[in-house]
Amino acid sequence: MRKAITGHKAVAEAMRQIEPDVVAVYPITPQSEIAEYYAEYVHDGLVRTELIPVESEHSALSACVGAAAAGGRVMTATASQGLALMVEVLYIAAGLRLPIVMALANRSLSAPINIHCDHSDAYLARDSGAVQIFAESAQEAYDYTLMAQRLAEDMRVRLPVIVNLDGFTLTHSVQVVDVLSDEVARNFVGEFKPIYPLLDVERPVTWGPFAMPDYYFELKRAQQAAIEAVPAVFLEIQREFSRICGRDYHGFFEAYRLDDADYVMVVLGSTAGTAKVAVDELRAQGMKVGLLKPWLWRPFPIREVAEALSRAKAVAVLDRAISFGTMGALYEDIATALYPSPRRPVLVNYVYGLGGRDTAVLDLVKVFQELPTIKATEPVLRYIGLRE
Amino acid sequence: MKEIRWHGRGGQGAKTVSQILAQINLREGKHVQAFPEYGPERSGAPVRAYNRISDAEIRVHSGVYEPDIVVVIDETLLDSENPTEGLKPNGVLLVNSACSPEEIRARTGFSGRIITVDGDRIAKETGTGFANVPMLGAVVAVLGTDYAVAEAELREALGGRLGAEVLNKNLQAFRAGYEAAKGVTVG
Repeated sequence: MRKAITGHKAVAEAMRQIEPDVVAVYPITPQSEIAEYYAEYVHDGLVRTELIPVESEHSALSACVGAAAAGGRVMTATASQGLALMVEVLYIAAGLRLPIVMALANRSLSAPINIHCDHSDAYLARDSGAVQIFAESAQEAYDYTLMAQRLAEDMRVRLPVIVNLDGFTLTHSVQVVDVLSDEVARNFVGEFKPIYPLLDVERPVTWGPFAMPDYYFELKRAQQAAIEAVPAVFLEIQREFSRICGRDYHGFFEAYRLDDADYVMVVLGSTAGTAKVAVDELRAQGMKVGLLKPWLWRPFPIREVAEALSRAKAVAVLDRAISFGTMGALYEDIATALYPSPRRPVLVNYVYGLGGRDTAVLDLVKVFQELPTIKATEPVLRYIGLRE
Repeated sequence: MKEIRWHGRGGQGAKTVSQILAQINLREGKHVQAFPEYGPERSGAPVRAYNRISDAEIRVHSGVYEPDIVVVIDETLLDSENPTEGLKPNGVLLVNSACSPEEIRARTGFSGRIITVDGDRIAKETGTGFANVPMLGAVVAVLGTDYAVAEAELREALGGRLGAEVLNKNLQAFRAGYEAAKGVTVG
């Protein structure tokens, strides 16, 4: 059913349909409404979830880790400083292979304090071992929350999954979202099968023991194998979900008018929608431009991205965070992908949208128009919409 | 695609009616967006909210810079917020005011179509106390949206939050705002 709802409500609806055993959450702008909606569902008896209101995000994710190890299906949501507080525990959730699904309402990090969107919170968790997915719209946030649950719980994966949605731009904006019926959504998500639950007192187990230099390395190698298993499972889940929802999800990224594009933009999240409008405008003027919008950011689909970009003359990679002292994190992913390629396009790294700075269609049109004038890849950051 | 910018003050319900408008437009089969502009909100501070309405899927996620319609819920913002900034010359400026359009034209210098609706008087007479709903009625009229579709959606949107008596007052206020602005549509 098509509804005009906010991104918050879209994510909360997916959570209601998933109906986890435990949600432990602490409010933070721009995530709070997700927690508020879910608390209403619990209060109104729509879900049988144990909602744990905690005193901080560190405690929120710690409670999630405990509940997941005990054998529960577990979800949470946060943003910005909240994720920063969670990061210590996020590494533990990944190392313990706990399938916790988290909505991340992307927001800048302090200082200076700012409540608006950028991706510095997601980048902070880049190497945590959590799978990270980016949504362009409230619809994608809803869809990928359902898919994330399946992905996290797949026996080949068993990892925490973060679904990123741009703070305010997606969380607080009313958009059209096609919400599946509860029955269809619940059948898709399926039953949760706990493994080695702490609450199974007949078969006592130890979670989180010490690992000395003789085993730690092998355990981390096993964790790498788990995240390397994600891409194949991701494609399976997309195929199944596309069949039930009628929307077309295939691949680790959306390739928009990319096939014959000379000049390509790579960008995460809601700005990819704005980029599509820029692509359409320039195509109408005869410029062969295209867009690559990663859905799956961690693990990064290195080979597929290289294949998709190797025909381009130049590629603009847009990072919505600064990785201080070096190039952007997404740029480095793209550079890593293209380095082995025999035909490497010119790569240009743009930083945009920090702290909620608006990025308009015209800003992205200008980026495309600048690309043909840049003749070589250089380790230089360029900035969109910055006063200097 | 049509773009709307609402000017109000914190607590006057600009965001609420922009969201209800999105639900109305969806009900008539349109693609929609509604989003507020968030700053350091507090009661009484100037706030803005936006709508996009389109027959095709809306992909753009940037701010609105050149609206087709500007709605001013609080007349005092005419002097402080420059509400006609970026308003298309063939657009519509819709102001909650007891003044005539000519008086608003003299104050704003806007050369396009100006409609004044005395939302405060409607709010007082119907007993709702808020000018946002009459202004929503006026926007629905300017957009040329089917009245019955809009009223049904408003009834559903407010029905969950308000008792029957207050709901009826709001429906009256909505109707009065609609009637006051009827006849001027945005092509």
